[in-house]
Amino acid sequence: MSMKRNSWKEYQKEIAEDHYYYARSCIRQNFFPGSEAAFLRILQENLSKDIFDDPRHTSCTGIGYHSDIVPLETIMTVVARQFSLMNAAGYENFASSCITSFGIYTEILETWNEFPETEERTRENLWKATKREFVKPKNLAHTSDIIFHFREEIARQAKYRLVNARTGEPLKGVEHIGCHYAKIFPKSGVGGAEFPYVLAGMIESWGGEVVDYPERRHCCGFGFRNYLVQANRGYSVANSQKKFESMAPYKPDFIVCNCPGCTMFLDKWQYTIAEMEGTTYGQDGIGIPVLTYEELAGLVLGYDPWDLGMQMHQVNVEPLLDKMGVRYDPEAKYLGKNGKFIGAPREAAVNCFSGERLYRIQR
Amino acid sequence: MGKYFEMLMEDVRLKEGLTACMNCGVCTGVCPAAEFYNYDPRQIVNIVQGQDDDEIEQLLRSDTIWYCGECMSCRPRCPRGNTPGYVIQALRTLSQKTGLFVESEKGRQQLAIKRIVGEHILEKGYCISPKLVKPEAHPEQGPVWEWIYEHDEDVFTRFNPNYNRAGAGAVRRLDEQTLGEIREIFRVSGGQEMFDTIERHSERKAREMGYDGADDRYMSDVYRTNSGNHH
Repeated sequence: MSMKRNSWKEYQKEIAEDHYYYARSCIRQNFFPGSEAAFLRILQENLSKDIFDDPRHTSCTGIGYHSDIVPLETIMTVVARQFSLMNAAGYENFASSCITSFGIYTEILETWNEFPETEERTRENLWKATKREFVKPKNLAHTSDIIFHFREEIARQAKYRLVNARTGEPLKGVEHIGCHYAKIFPKSGVGGAEFPYVLAGMIESWGGEVVDYPERRHCCGFGFRNYLVQANRGYSVANSQKKFESMAPYKPDFIVCNCPGCTMFLDKWQYTIAEMEGTTYGQDGIGIPVLTYEELAGLVLGYDPWDLGMQMHQVNVEPLLDKMGVRYDPEAKYLGKNGKFIGAPREAAVNCFSGERLYRIQR
Repeated sequence: MGKYFEMLMEDVRLKEGLTACMNCGVCTGVCPAAEFYNYDPRQIVNIVQGQDDDEIEQLLRSDTIWYCGECMSCRPRCPRGNTPGYVIQALRTLSQKTGLFVESEKGRQQLAIKRIVGEHILEKGYCISPKLVKPEAHPEQGPVWEWIYEHDEDVFTRFNPNYNRAGAGAVRRLDEQTLGEIREIFRVSGGQEMFDTIERHSERKAREMGYDGADDRYMSDVYRTNSGNHH
């Protein structure tokens, strides 16, 4: 047991203290725009850090690369352009909001190191296409690394803790890391590939208890082309379902994810499974709330859940808010800009307890 | 050594991903695709390291190489430091360059990915944006996404006043110079050529299959058709 608890310490990574260049994520900005806004606010307002939000950077094209329509040489040149923009803005520390991108940046830096001719060709391509040059970042971090790095300071400023406000018991959190955080290069992630600690450290520092379960390291099932193409989506939901079946007996109060794609899939596939099979995996016959780490940090710091964008989740988050004792206005959930009510989404089975929809484990 | 193996070895991912596989099967044991499909990454690596041209060509024509989800769970577990996921990436790249991808149901889906994700990158600078995730093509996204899709301006501007406009923030509109640079990068580094290759071979195959070319009907069929023969 002590080996497990301590082994993450063998995989320590350097995380810059300040002055970050922020690279947004296609999926996070699309499905969790409140999380990206919260990350900037936490760094700037709670931690007094300098972070630059550059309107000129683009997608890293990683979803295209991992569905094999974007060649390696092309994504290397797109990444080189991001580094060039960071240089031009006067920054050295690159902070990626996406696990797929983080894996891409890590892999490309390693490939340039291992096969220097690929870096040479990338420099030629970038110059030919844009007349830009670049210097590689001094420090590369995923944005969760930065929240992890300052987790104790966030704990000191906490308004709420991951504790059941009624019983005083720690809330149970499933952490899902996202394959490309450390499976490609274990040394690039806090805790490595086998015992990643980046999210577990946050849960523990903020008063919660980490759930260990058999399929903890299994992929969420994104599988790139296996979700992007409608005919293939059975792969994706089946792999998520494998995780839900494995974690449910441990009665988690929430799931927190590192990767924006995983957050979306573990949220949306719970809806799909509830609609298709009548199966739900949370307590009281409803779904398990799925959060980004920015949302978790924001709740702990006392941010309004609707300012964090939690109304965009398919599985309702209110059961978790109530357990934590978070004060929120239920009437404000579906307000648009200027505070006007814009209608509410239709109800879904995953959010409605019904005696006929009792959780079952297929074993 | 055959010509296909030589072509594969031009890809640094194959050099990095395959030295000598001892066929232990750990990669297959941890593989999410192997649980879902009739798929065995160990066997694929073994075929490639055998360097037999005919067998590699069979792979390039098959559904098999398109099952992998590129999660890379195989990479940290291989006791020999191999990466079957990298071998798959090299095989898929070669299958597209040679046009053999259109000979399988799963391979033909590359056209849909190119038209949905690929063209979106060149048009918007992102792999996806909210209006690309149409509820009718994504029933799994559920009623909350339908609500967001219908009220996107109201929902997104709460987090970024620059939604779909110039400036910083989530889902901002990228400026023309930035988009011009991305398109030029695709032109000089082979990205555009890959897109054109996917279109050209899809057009040929669509006609061979009785369509009027790689039109909307063909695109819709490759996006939706699942023969059910993959398990």
